[in-house]
Amino acid sequence: MSKVRVLAGTRKGAFILTSDGKRENWQVDGPHFSGWEMYHLKGSPADPNRVYASQTSGWFGQIIQRSDDGGKTWHQPGTPPGESTSTPEGMPKSESNKFVYDTSAETGKPLTTHQFYDGTQHPWEFKRVWHLEPSLTDPDTVYAGIEDAAIFKSTDGGKNWKELSGLRGHGTGPAWQPGAGGMCLHTILLDPSNAKRMWIAISAAGAFRTDDGGNTWKLINRGLRSQYIPDPNAEVGHCVHHIAMNAKRPGVLFMQKHWDVMRSDDAGDNWSEVSGNLPTDFGFVIDVHAHEPETIYVVPIKSDGEHFVHEGKLRVYRSKTGGNEWEALTKGLPQKDCYVNVLRDAMAVDSLDKCGVYFGTTGGQVYCSADAGDSWNPIVRDLPAVLSVEVQTLA
Amino acid sequence: MIRVVLPFHLRTLAHVGGEVTLEVAAPVTQRTVLDALEERYPMLRGTIRDHGTMQRRAFLRFFACQEDLSHESPDNPLPEAVASGKEPFIVIGAIAGG
Repeated sequence: MSKVRVLAGTRKGAFILTSDGKRENWQVDGPHFSGWEMYHLKGSPADPNRVYASQTSGWFGQIIQRSDDGGKTWHQPGTPPGESTSTPEGMPKSESNKFVYDTSAETGKPLTTHQFYDGTQHPWEFKRVWHLEPSLTDPDTVYAGIEDAAIFKSTDGGKNWKELSGLRGHGTGPAWQPGAGGMCLHTILLDPSNAKRMWIAISAAGAFRTDDGGNTWKLINRGLRSQYIPDPNAEVGHCVHHIAMNAKRPGVLFMQKHWDVMRSDDAGDNWSEVSGNLPTDFGFVIDVHAHEPETIYVVPIKSDGEHFVHEGKLRVYRSKTGGNEWEALTKGLPQKDCYVNVLRDAMAVDSLDKCGVYFGTTGGQVYCSADAGDSWNPIVRDLPAVLSVEVQTLA
Repeated sequence: MIRVVLPFHLRTLAHVGGEVTLEVAAPVTQRTVLDALEERYPMLRGTIRDHGTMQRRAFLRFFACQEDLSHESPDNPLPEAVASGKEPFIVIGAIAGG
């Protein structure tokens, strides 16, 4: 019988929630890395036992953890305990937590600054890994989206990381600026039909696409309109919160922008608004049904000044028409006195026949719907604030 | 033998329970102690000093012999009591909420 494994990253550790395909009875394992901020955990589609985790701390910086047994045990892939940092020949060995921007003369020269809060130019400074995206085909290849915004790649299971500096070399870097959450690269989408194509999103720069494996990148923000920047239709500067895609229909993208829910039918070249009848179109998460590519989910948040759900009601909104026409999904969710947020990486879908939808809240609840959103049940209610939710569907 | 006290989370990362003891050749300085610490426990690289700049991370401090040595040059000799192993070199996290 199929199983599901939910990977929940929280402000104070990681939790692994498992169930059989009925998704009624859950085992809760954790906290792993207790006391650390776990920004994101994600399993490899090529090897479900391979799971990567971003462990971070304001005190101690960034750690990458890896599990090769589905989250039972973990290690830092570059630096196992008791091993020397150098080879017998004296060469430095790998360090899984080392993210160093490309400053080479060839590609690093134009990449030195971005726009800071005060409008001055500010050097890129590594803060943390927001998102880990394992390759669709190779368990040892994984991408990392980091703050300050850049994308890194490891091809040795997270031991060594190298920046794909063509992104920061795009030329618009000096116009990128941090949002309130920092200048983070938080979304990485891989195209299952084209190994050279991927999409990323940055707050607050916008969305980019590469068609050559990450060497060069194209801004794809046409159609986005943001009233909070001097030129609402600017090419760069939009605060994209998240982008989602149905793997069976790559190129049709759905975006939750700071305000506005958007869609693109041409791989991001053009966007149109599909907020429709949402009570508010501010929010962070967005996801797509595993089998119905026109069925999408968002959780409207009251406003950018009030990061909690509208009217004290936790409602997932579903559109079965690819946007514009939305219905509130409330069964099993609190409909009074609820003031939680759902952060950008905290929603996921499984691929069981009856698609499961999952999300976590800043109040520490992780909810599951085993019927595509019609009804919801809490898997856990009292975790630390949930930063990310991913799900693995296991045979 | 140099004694080093690490904060809880770094002890967990390094898989050690209590104080760490290190052989450090003279001169005994912040730099030579931390170099020896990271050589023995490579998983700590980047957690005490920034990978690129090798500067102390902002929310960590270095104490020894009831003194805050955080702003001392990393190449200044540490107190004799640390060099002799009588007193530990303490890496401590800033007290902060959250």
